[in-house]
Amino acid sequence: MGISVVSILLLLALLAPIISPYNPTEIHAVHVLSPPNWSHWCGTDELGRDVLSRMLYGARISLMVGFVAIGIAVTIGSLVGLASGYYGGWVDTLLMRFVDVMLCFPTFFLILAVIAFLSPSIWIIMAVIGLTGWMGVARLVRAEVLVIREMDYILAARCIGCSDLRIILRHILPNALSPVLVAATLGVAGAILTESALSFLGIGVQPPTPSWGNILTSGKDYIEFAWWLSLFPGLAILVTVLAYNLLGEGIRDALDPRTMK
Amino acid sequence: MTTYLLKRIAMLVPLMLGITLITFTVIHLAPGEPVDMQMAMNPKVGKEARERLTKFYGLDKPLHEQYFTWLGRLARLDLGRSFSSDNRPVLDKIKERLPITLSLNLVALIIEFGLAIPIGVLAALKRNSHFDKGTTVFVYLGIAMPNFWLALLLMYLFGVKLSWLPISNLHTLGYESYSWVAQVWDLVKHLILPLIVASFGSLAGVSRYMRSGMLGVIGQDYIVTARAKGLSERVVIWKHALRNALLPLVTLLGFSVPGLIGGSVIIETIFSIPGMGQLFYQGVMSRDYPVVMGILVIGAFLTLLGNLLADIGYAFADPRVRLR
Repeated sequence: MGISVVSILLLLALLAPIISPYNPTEIHAVHVLSPPNWSHWCGTDELGRDVLSRMLYGARISLMVGFVAIGIAVTIGSLVGLASGYYGGWVDTLLMRFVDVMLCFPTFFLILAVIAFLSPSIWIIMAVIGLTGWMGVARLVRAEVLVIREMDYILAARCIGCSDLRIILRHILPNALSPVLVAATLGVAGAILTESALSFLGIGVQPPTPSWGNILTSGKDYIEFAWWLSLFPGLAILVTVLAYNLLGEGIRDALDPRTMK
Repeated sequence: MTTYLLKRIAMLVPLMLGITLITFTVIHLAPGEPVDMQMAMNPKVGKEARERLTKFYGLDKPLHEQYFTWLGRLARLDLGRSFSSDNRPVLDKIKERLPITLSLNLVALIIEFGLAIPIGVLAALKRNSHFDKGTTVFVYLGIAMPNFWLALLLMYLFGVKLSWLPISNLHTLGYESYSWVAQVWDLVKHLILPLIVASFGSLAGVSRYMRSGMLGVIGQDYIVTARAKGLSERVVIWKHALRNALLPLVTLLGFSVPGLIGGSVIIETIFSIPGMGQLFYQGVMSRDYPVVMGILVIGAFLTLLGNLLADIGYAFADPRVRLR
């Protein structure tokens, strides 16, 4: 179920320029705030732009932010976790204390603070979400590595003279990846939620670039006249996040023999 | 127990230093000095004021000196003055917002746990029943639903369509002239929607936690023993099983400490509630650095303390932890 919704969403986002009925940034003064009808399925916003087209383009933004941010988080998290788990000792202590410290910051506050100092742009948003979201992955990878490095095949690799780097990358990393895959899938859902919240607050993706969050900002401003501006983008976020959560749990069940039915 | 406590408290020091280091790094992320940014937005501030600010933040000194000056002031709880026109100490601003956020989130927390515990227990006891499946659906929706969207939907339904509830601020204009009963009722009406939104998202998560905790406990030997010695099912479930299943929730309670104090930027912004979250958001929007840094560093300290309290609570509740 998760995977089919996720694929449909990806397809819709990829095909946005082809299937969008209108240009998402084209302003039509005649059609300002018109409710859903046959020519505008999801209505139009306060500038007369087609909401459906904006949502389709918004899907590209949301998914891109989700993937790139989690890509950054998984890369940093894996590197920290691998180094920490493999080398142990003071490297481990230092890195894990750093993780503890990072975890003390309420994430959303930290993200807002960083964005307050840099001007918001989609690249900054991705980087900041990624840089504040790697700690969970680091802990996961470290826990896996601690188990794997005691395995006989690692000993065997060391006996035949593999370098540390080769052992880490060729023998440990591939075996530590399955929990990371689950965390990354769930993380995409989280990153999409964070991006939409930031855009909703006006410090994420900046208009006129459409994003689900900033369409909802107009939804709030025009809540007394235009329910469709609030309903549809929110529904899109809900469905997307739900789909990634279900996909994540699906992967977890598939990888974990204990939950086989 | 004492050794455990001492060990945990000793750990606080390096973590706190780490927090200040990261916060300090965030300040210096700004391209150009914070003072320049502030001046650029307010051309009326002359060179003299700029020098005063530079001096106050020690921006003319080398980085490590700046850090230690800031650290010293932080130790005396001096968070500096707000850049905004009222120029008040940041600490005063925080003190004035804190009670609002704290009481709102405390009530939300009580609602959350008050509902989540029975829901979780019932779902676990009636595993695979309609109730269990229903709550599972609710949990997935609750976790995936953006809270600002829920807020918008509720505002539209109860505020705009039905006009039952006010949708912003904590009081009606001119509420001072009401009798105290009317004042309380007025406050309650303003709080209903924010409270629903504040408790909804975590309600889903906590009830899920409770359900899996309960499922884990029910299969244990001591539950079989309790049943075997002829205790009624009610005593078995609500006394023997529940107490043990509640253990992990102690940790969750610790995690909610920062939320109690930091509040929610989103909820407070949407409903125009003058709490900590709104203060932080306004600070971010107007680049009021002292306010942003102050709340960030205090928020992180409180999270640290919350985690410590949770661990201590856990150690009290579960003797096995103390031995480690």
